[in-house]
Amino acid sequence: MPYRFLPDDFEQRYRSVWVDVPHHLHDPEKTRGLYHEFLDELEFAETQGFDGLCVNEHHNNAYGLMPSPNLMAAALTRRTSQAAIVVLGNSLAAYNPPLRVAEEFAMLDLLSDGRLVAGFPVGTSMDMNFAYGINPATLRDRYYEAHDLVMQAWTRPEVFSFNGKYTQIRYANIWPQPLQKPHPPVWIPGGGSVETWEWTAKLDYVYCYLSYFGYKRGKATMDGFWEASARVGADDNPFRAGFLQLVCVSETDAEAEREYFPHVHYFYQKCLNVWEGFAEAPGYRTVKTVQSGTRAQVGAAARRVRQSLDWGQYLDQGYVIAGSPATVRQQLTECIKTLRVGHLMVLLQIGSMPKELALKNTELFAKEVMPHVRDLWPGYKDRWWPSGARNGSA
Amino acid sequence: MPDDRTVEIRGGAVTFRVLAAGRGAPLVYFHSYHERSAWSPFLDLLARSFSVYAPSHPGVPGSTGIETLDDLLDLTLAYDELLQALGLERAHLVGHAFGGMMAAEIAAVFPARAGSLTLISPLGLWRDDAPSADVLILPSDELAPALWHDPASGVARQWATLPGSDQESLAAEVESIQRRSSMAKFAWPIPDKGLKKRLHRIGASTLLLWGDADRANPLVYADEWQRRVKGAALRLLPGGHMGLHERPESAARAIVEFIGA
Repeated sequence: MPYRFLPDDFEQRYRSVWVDVPHHLHDPEKTRGLYHEFLDELEFAETQGFDGLCVNEHHNNAYGLMPSPNLMAAALTRRTSQAAIVVLGNSLAAYNPPLRVAEEFAMLDLLSDGRLVAGFPVGTSMDMNFAYGINPATLRDRYYEAHDLVMQAWTRPEVFSFNGKYTQIRYANIWPQPLQKPHPPVWIPGGGSVETWEWTAKLDYVYCYLSYFGYKRGKATMDGFWEASARVGADDNPFRAGFLQLVCVSETDAEAEREYFPHVHYFYQKCLNVWEGFAEAPGYRTVKTVQSGTRAQVGAAARRVRQSLDWGQYLDQGYVIAGSPATVRQQLTECIKTLRVGHLMVLLQIGSMPKELALKNTELFAKEVMPHVRDLWPGYKDRWWPSGARNGSA
Repeated sequence: MPDDRTVEIRGGAVTFRVLAAGRGAPLVYFHSYHERSAWSPFLDLLARSFSVYAPSHPGVPGSTGIETLDDLLDLTLAYDELLQALGLERAHLVGHAFGGMMAAEIAAVFPARAGSLTLISPLGLWRDDAPSADVLILPSDELAPALWHDPASGVARQWATLPGSDQESLAAEVESIQRRSSMAKFAWPIPDKGLKKRLHRIGASTLLLWGDADRANPLVYADEWQRRVKGAALRLLPGGHMGLHERPESAARAIVEFIGA
């Protein structure tokens, strides 16, 4: 949910779109309408046959205007009735006490009649360490503890006490409890941290790689997840995995460039313009992850890669899958197969894209692409889909 | 060459690398996390007048157990245990930047440990109107000019130079991240962890040493410290935040004179 109205020379004049982006650039009069546009776009996607609608959490930035995804999810529960409400998610360490997440997700699960997917990201360093001031040295520890508390709050039948290092609750006892039993499906959005792979697979959750840089660069991360899954003895069910891909569909390849390039370019040049110092607080990535060679998705190195990209390069490198329905079908099939992804998330509103174009992209995708990429994993059961939602893959 | 040893506390859960040299009254030096070597010409100069002990903080190569330390109080207690293990009932405490904050914590929480206290551009206090530089996150091209009066000087360039090979360079990056994330554990996101409430407990005579051109930790903080630590003397040195390495003779001489006076 980007702010669409940054000045043309934003990335030359301001060092960062995240953390210290000055809010005199923000016009509340324009944002007032934006929230309704975003909700309209998501609701439209359900009418076009999408299985799920995703919302997520970011802070202090002009890239995603959604500090509280739960508010948007709550609004969606009233105007939709079929699609899964995929909240990707609530950054557990940011909530004090984390029981707040257990409560709000339980409310959303009830409001939506069991359509909630509960996403638990660690959160980006910009969001957690800088915008919310959480210590990078203990962020992960805090996250794991908060996860344990939330899951206990959803599954333990009795009032219990929780004597954590970061949270102490004498009488843990959330009302209401979620509708789905034993709890809503849990998806873990990751940015490529090595530890998260094994942890996610061990707990039998879905691992989602929310990559800004497309399926070609995402392969190493997804391979890492599948290797970690095998190590802990999990099966290779593709529905264990989710992947986010930017997609633009038009009538022809040439038309796609004409319509979408300015908005894609806005996304990569402005929305990801993060100052090097904010890209990663010291300790945000564990030593193991640093040593694995995984690089931060934003910051100086990422900026050097992004700068001066043209349409052809965005496409060649797989950042964006764009073109005619035939082109998109072919590449998206390759993406799904090579990454072994059961839950494909497509970003269809990108950068400065106005509502009409986002709706066109959504409609063309639903009509011309979705039917062809829906059933690529016959024989596998999706055990991570909310019980109250329509399931197009089953 | 200084004596180089490892001292365990807490049954080995935390170990300190301690470099020691010199003769005379014991003096313990607490590093800045941004110093990249465990010993320096500045410490050599102090070792002419004192028995100098320089422990490396947990998280710095040679010392271990950062993951077992919860917060600044835990680290303060660990240093108390280290001093006990070294047999130092009482010592002159000297610290730079985060090390200054650490020395002040020890002198406030365990007043009997401090024979005297020398704080070289210490962190630990905060003013909204004059924030100290965000030294934990500055990219290297911005960090060097914040720390060094003359980033082009030999000592600053030596500090800034990374090893040549990819493998060594990755190791250096990991070390840099570990140093900063360890400091972050005790000082994120603002290096004010309540010291101002404890400073009145300091009984030792106190010297503040400050570079007159310190860009990382502005001079207004010297006023704050003087206001809060009774009788603290201020001595300005020409230079920046890393003045003790840019002009080690001046810094060491000021300390020797202060303690001898």
